[in-house]
Amino acid sequence: MILTRLVKATSGWSPVLRIGMLVVGLALALGLPWMMYPPIALDIVAWGLFAVALDLLLGYTGMLSFGHAAFWGSSAYATGIIAKQVGLPFYFAVLGGALVVAALALPIAMLCVRRSGIYFAMVTLAFAQMIYFIANQWRAVTGGENGLQGVPRRFFGVDLTDSFYFYYAALPLLLLGLLGAWRVVHSPFGRVMVAIRENQARARALGYPVDRYKVQVFVLSAFLAGVAGGVYAVSHGFASLQEVYWTTSGKVVVMNILGGMGTLWGPVLGAAIIVQLEDYLATAGIDATNLVTGVIFVVTVLLFRRGIWGTVRYLVRSRTATRHDSAADEEDAEAESRPAPARQG
Amino acid sequence: MSGLLQQLFNGLVSGSFYALLALGLSVIFGMLGVVNFAHGAFYMLGAFGAFVLLDSAGLNWWLALLVVPILLGVIGMVLERAFVHRLMHLFPLYNFLLTFGIALILQDLIRLKYGVTSQPYPRPTILDGMVDLGVFTYPKYQVFVLVLSIVLSVLVWLVLTRTRVGMIVRASTERAELTQSLGIDVRRWVTPVFGFGIALAGLAGVLAAPMRAVNSEMGADLIIVIFAVVVIGGLGSVVGSVAAGYIVGMLTEFGNFYIPALSQILVFVLMALVLLLRPAGLFGREEGSPA
Repeated sequence: MILTRLVKATSGWSPVLRIGMLVVGLALALGLPWMMYPPIALDIVAWGLFAVALDLLLGYTGMLSFGHAAFWGSSAYATGIIAKQVGLPFYFAVLGGALVVAALALPIAMLCVRRSGIYFAMVTLAFAQMIYFIANQWRAVTGGENGLQGVPRRFFGVDLTDSFYFYYAALPLLLLGLLGAWRVVHSPFGRVMVAIRENQARARALGYPVDRYKVQVFVLSAFLAGVAGGVYAVSHGFASLQEVYWTTSGKVVVMNILGGMGTLWGPVLGAAIIVQLEDYLATAGIDATNLVTGVIFVVTVLLFRRGIWGTVRYLVRSRTATRHDSAADEEDAEAESRPAPARQG
Repeated sequence: MSGLLQQLFNGLVSGSFYALLALGLSVIFGMLGVVNFAHGAFYMLGAFGAFVLLDSAGLNWWLALLVVPILLGVIGMVLERAFVHRLMHLFPLYNFLLTFGIALILQDLIRLKYGVTSQPYPRPTILDGMVDLGVFTYPKYQVFVLVLSIVLSVLVWLVLTRTRVGMIVRASTERAELTQSLGIDVRRWVTPVFGFGIALAGLAGVLAAPMRAVNSEMGADLIIVIFAVVVIGGLGSVVGSVAAGYIVGMLTEFGNFYIPALSQILVFVLMALVLLLRPAGLFGREEGSPA
C-alpha cells in the first residue's frame, strides 16, 4: 500500500522509473555495508538524513539555515548523555536526543523567522555559533575539547560492537526519518512549504499563517537532523565540538547544493559523495578537506546550480517534455526560477 | 572607577575591529545586495599580507597599512568581476554560498602554507610603549587603532552623505533601477564599492597583526560575530553597523571582565533581544513588504 502511495505522489515521472528508483534506493541502502567499510556506510545514511532534513528548509521552503550543525551536534551530545545514563536501547537515546533538539529549535526558530532571505542565513549561523560556544564552555556536560566519550551501543541485549550489524540496527531509524521527510514533502503541508518558497506574500494573502508554517518546518527539520546526529554519535561512540562547529553546517549545505536541493534524492546523493570524498582524502593523507569543500561550493554555485540530481532530472524531463510538458515543469524546484525576494534593509 | 574606564577603552578597541569589518560588509551589502562571507578571510589575508611583506621584503608596518589594503582591494575587484558579478541577477543566497566557498579556500590555503601556529608580528616602534591618558596609562598602539577606526568611520560617513559619489551609492542602494533611469551608470560603481569593502577588511587585518594572533583561523569565528553585529545594527546602515560594532566590543570586554564564561555568548544574546524587540536592527528601518 505504501508503495502505491509512493508511486502516486511522485507524479511527473514515468511509473517504471519511479518504482525503479525506490527499489534501487532501498537495495542500495541494504547493500551498502557489503560495498564499503560499514562505518562509512552508516555515515552516508546518517549524513543523508541530515542533508534531507536541511532540504526541507532550504530546497522546499526556501529558507537557508546555515546553522544546522547546532541541531545535529546538540543531538549528538544529548543522545550520548542519555545513552550513557539510561540503560535503554539506543533507539530511545536517539529519540530523546532528537526531542531535546526539537525543544531547542523552537525558540531559535521563532526568533529566526523574524528575518528572511539572507538575514535568515546569518541569524541561524549566529545562533549555531552560540550553541558551539556553550558546548565549548559547558565542560561538565559536553567534555569541552575532549568531547563526550564512551557512548554505548545498547540494543535489546544484542552485541553490536561489529559495525556491520550496527548498521542494520540503525538503518530502520534513519529510513523512518527519510520516509517522514518524504511524507511531509508530498502532503498538503508540503505544498504550502513550496508555496512559501515560491511567493511568501501570496501564501500569506491566501490566508496561510506563513511564520507558523516556517517555525513548524524548522522544528521538524531540526528533529530529523537530531535523529541523524544521534545515530551518528552512537555509531562513532562519541560526540565532539566538531559536530556543532560551523564547518559542519557548511558541509551539509554543500551536500544539498551538490546533490541538488529541493529533490530529496539529491541531498542523499550529495551526502554519499562528500562522505566518500572525505574518507578518500583522509586515507590518502591529503589534509585539505576545507579546500576541497570550498572548491566544490564555488564550482557548483557558478556552473551547475541545479546540482547533480537536479541536472539529471532536468535532462530527463526536457527529453520527455514533448509528451507531457506541463507535468515536467510543475515540480521542478529549480531555484533560479524563483522570484528573488525583495531586498530588505 | 579607572578600572571601569579601562574596560570601556578595551571595549572600544575591540569594537574598532568589529566596526571596520561591519562597515565594509554593510557598504558591500548596500550596493550589491551581497553578504560577503569571505570578509573574515580577507581580514586574515590583511594580517598575513603585513606579515609576508615584513618577512620577505622587509616592508614595515606603516607601508603595509598603505599597500595591503590597496592590493586586497584590487583582488576584491577582480573577484567581483570574475565571480560575484555572474551571480548578481540570481537568488541572493548563491553569492553567500559562493563567498563561503571562497572563504574556505583562502583559509585552508593559508593553513597549508603556514600551519596553524600564530606568526609573530612586532609593534611599530613609534607606537610601542604606553601613553598617559590622565586616569590610567594605556598602550599607545591600542589608542592609535581606536583613533584610526573612528576617523575612517567618520570619513566613510562623510563621503556617503556629503559627496556626489556617496549620493550615487546611497541612491543605488535604495532604488538601483530608478537611479539607473535617472541617467547614472550604477554598474560603474559596483566593482569599486566591493573592492573598497574588501580593502577595509584588509586594513583591519593589518591593524590586527601587531596585537592579535596572526593565523589562518583568525577571521573564521570573527565573521560570525560580525554577522551578529550587522544584524544588531541593521545591515546596510553605515551608522548602525559602526555603532553596533563598538557596542558589541564593549559588551564582550565587560563580559570578559565580569562573567568570563559567558562573554562569547553575550553578543548572540543581544542579537536575540534585537530580533525580538526590533527585528530590523537598532538603526535599520522596518522592512517594507516582507518578502
